[in-house]
Amino acid sequence: MASVPTTAPESAGKKKKVEDVGQIPQWKLMVRRFRQSRLSVAGGIVLICMYIIVILAEFIAPNDYQKIEADYQYARPSEITFAAGWPGIYAQQAILDKENFTWTVETDYSTVYPINFFVEGHSYKILGLFESNIHLFGVQAPAKLYFWGADGQGRDIFARVLKGGQVSMSVGLVGVTMVIVLGSIIGTASGYFGGMIDNLMQRTIELIQSFPTLPLWLALAAALPREMPVVQRYFFITLVLALVDWTGLARQVRGKVMAYRSADYTAAALAAGGSHLRIILTHMLPNALSHIIVVAALAIPGVILGETALSFLGLGMLPPAVSWGVLLRDAQQVQVIMLYPWMLTPGIAVVLAVLCFNLLADGLRDAVDPYG
Amino acid sequence: MVNFLIRRLFYMLVTLFFVSIIGFALIELPPGSYLDSELQRLRQLGGNLSQSQIRSLEIRYGVNDPTYLKYWKWVSGAVRGDFGESFEYKKPVGELIWGRLLFSVTLAFSSLIFAWLVSIPLGVYAATHRYTIPDYLITAMQFIGVAVPQFLLALVLMVFATTVLKQEVGGLVSQRFVNAPMSWEKFWDFVSHLWIPIIVISAGSTAWLTRVMRANLLDVLNMQYIQTARAKGLKEGVVIWKHAVRNAIHPLVMAIGGVLPALISGEVIASIVLNLPTTGPLLVQALIKQDMYLAITMVMFLSIMLIVGNLIADLLLAWVDPRVRLE
Repeated sequence: MASVPTTAPESAGKKKKVEDVGQIPQWKLMVRRFRQSRLSVAGGIVLICMYIIVILAEFIAPNDYQKIEADYQYARPSEITFAAGWPGIYAQQAILDKENFTWTVETDYSTVYPINFFVEGHSYKILGLFESNIHLFGVQAPAKLYFWGADGQGRDIFARVLKGGQVSMSVGLVGVTMVIVLGSIIGTASGYFGGMIDNLMQRTIELIQSFPTLPLWLALAAALPREMPVVQRYFFITLVLALVDWTGLARQVRGKVMAYRSADYTAAALAAGGSHLRIILTHMLPNALSHIIVVAALAIPGVILGETALSFLGLGMLPPAVSWGVLLRDAQQVQVIMLYPWMLTPGIAVVLAVLCFNLLADGLRDAVDPYG
Repeated sequence: MVNFLIRRLFYMLVTLFFVSIIGFALIELPPGSYLDSELQRLRQLGGNLSQSQIRSLEIRYGVNDPTYLKYWKWVSGAVRGDFGESFEYKKPVGELIWGRLLFSVTLAFSSLIFAWLVSIPLGVYAATHRYTIPDYLITAMQFIGVAVPQFLLALVLMVFATTVLKQEVGGLVSQRFVNAPMSWEKFWDFVSHLWIPIIVISAGSTAWLTRVMRANLLDVLNMQYIQTARAKGLKEGVVIWKHAVRNAIHPLVMAIGGVLPALISGEVIASIVLNLPTTGPLLVQALIKQDMYLAITMVMFLSIMLIVGNLIADLLLAWVDPRVRLE
């Protein structure tokens, strides 16, 4: 693989600190190097914010993400006004166009409805644990707060993007956890024992890599029965994504472990009577850990994009479950996007999440090798 | 060289054999078969079907055969160029996919060429103007290029083409040319439809290749022979393009192997969104409807595309860089 550039410009502070490199622990060096790439730190902070928002989706969103409002089909995003010295919105109303017999949603500019904080609304459970009916903000009826507009059934896109993020943003983490487990077990076994096992594993990996990724994902996802419960489907879709993705990590871990296998300390540990398991757990894995984390972090964006693509094609998560891919499925037609551009907001969320993960992973990769 | 080719071809056949088994098993995995949806359709059309009718259909489609028998039927035909019949279209699979496959290969290949044509100059520029505003812009574009899902990019470009360029999008040619005989006008229309899929398919790869190019050139520019070339008084253009780029370009050829899966996946998804007559839309339909012979044949050919592409990349690398031995 070709070497990839570090994106962080060498900052002035680096030269000054170079002298104490030999004296401080490696993890401190890693933290220091990571902090130097400001973009990565920024990416990490944005991601943390996104995760918090997504976890608190029902609390932050003013409307229920599933509620169908026939009067608000394709309602525009609410215009925020500061007319009363306090943010407020105008009410929208569905009006029948008597010539064409179509409903259009019009904004009524006569009254301003102020946005209130910590209002009562529909009740919900956060993470299925804490029940509440307090929402971060909301407006008085008859106005309805649609930050990012409504979809074809009048459902609040803001609420749906937040709720969909619970699936889309966790798929990356859960999927990568599976990748780590599969990849490091197989990679370690392959690199440590060598011989037949290694040969078999390597041929298997080559075989999996001979399938183009997306068609393989599609074939695996199509094998799932369509009437599965949502949670089960979520698990299997993640598994499908991980099953294709672990090969890269396994190869990297194998390479590392092979290098450690021939190191003197491994020979010493063997001579001292250490079992294979002990050597793997105490000498191999901790050494390879930083690399595993980096490869895993680099794999997260792929998993998120994979879920989005599968759901978009109707083979991933299926309605009534929401994920960003499911939401974008409603924006498949060019005509829909041209008339109601706010249907594309889930796409912005995808791009932001993937972008931040890429930036973060980039900084992590540089940080892992702080002596370079 | 000949030895290498023979060995690789043999190895390719073995891989394809296993690919076919795994692919077939995968496609056989879902419960039920195409017959279920067919029966449902027949019931909706005309009332009840008798048990014997169902039975005869089962025999005709061979859905109750054990998997190994189905596999044998398919694979023994496939080596002779007969890929079975599509349940859905009631046509031989070969007839359905040749044209589409050709177009898939053309699209993936043009996208690769496009990605190179864009990424080499961009990468060279970014490396020679390190830490300037254009360099930062190129870096930023790379990050975004990798982060945007291909179908989203396709949608956005389609909207852009319709609203700003007033162009008809989707499909291969505009409506008015669909049944028209081939002419320069039609050809031009075809070309003007092609730019969206090519950009969509190659966006991610272009970003990645630009990055690789920039990094390699930066490494090469630090070498002493570059200093020598400059000291000789060669023009900067000659130093960069003749001395540096030549040595920085082979990792780009090596990267084909990494880029190909992305190109093939991109081709599949872009074609679905843009409604292009390639393998993509047909594959998804076949997988959903359990049109198994159609699905497995397409999965096979997409894999062949990938494997052959990798082989070509290896040969190309040996040609570009004589130090590489084909062993």
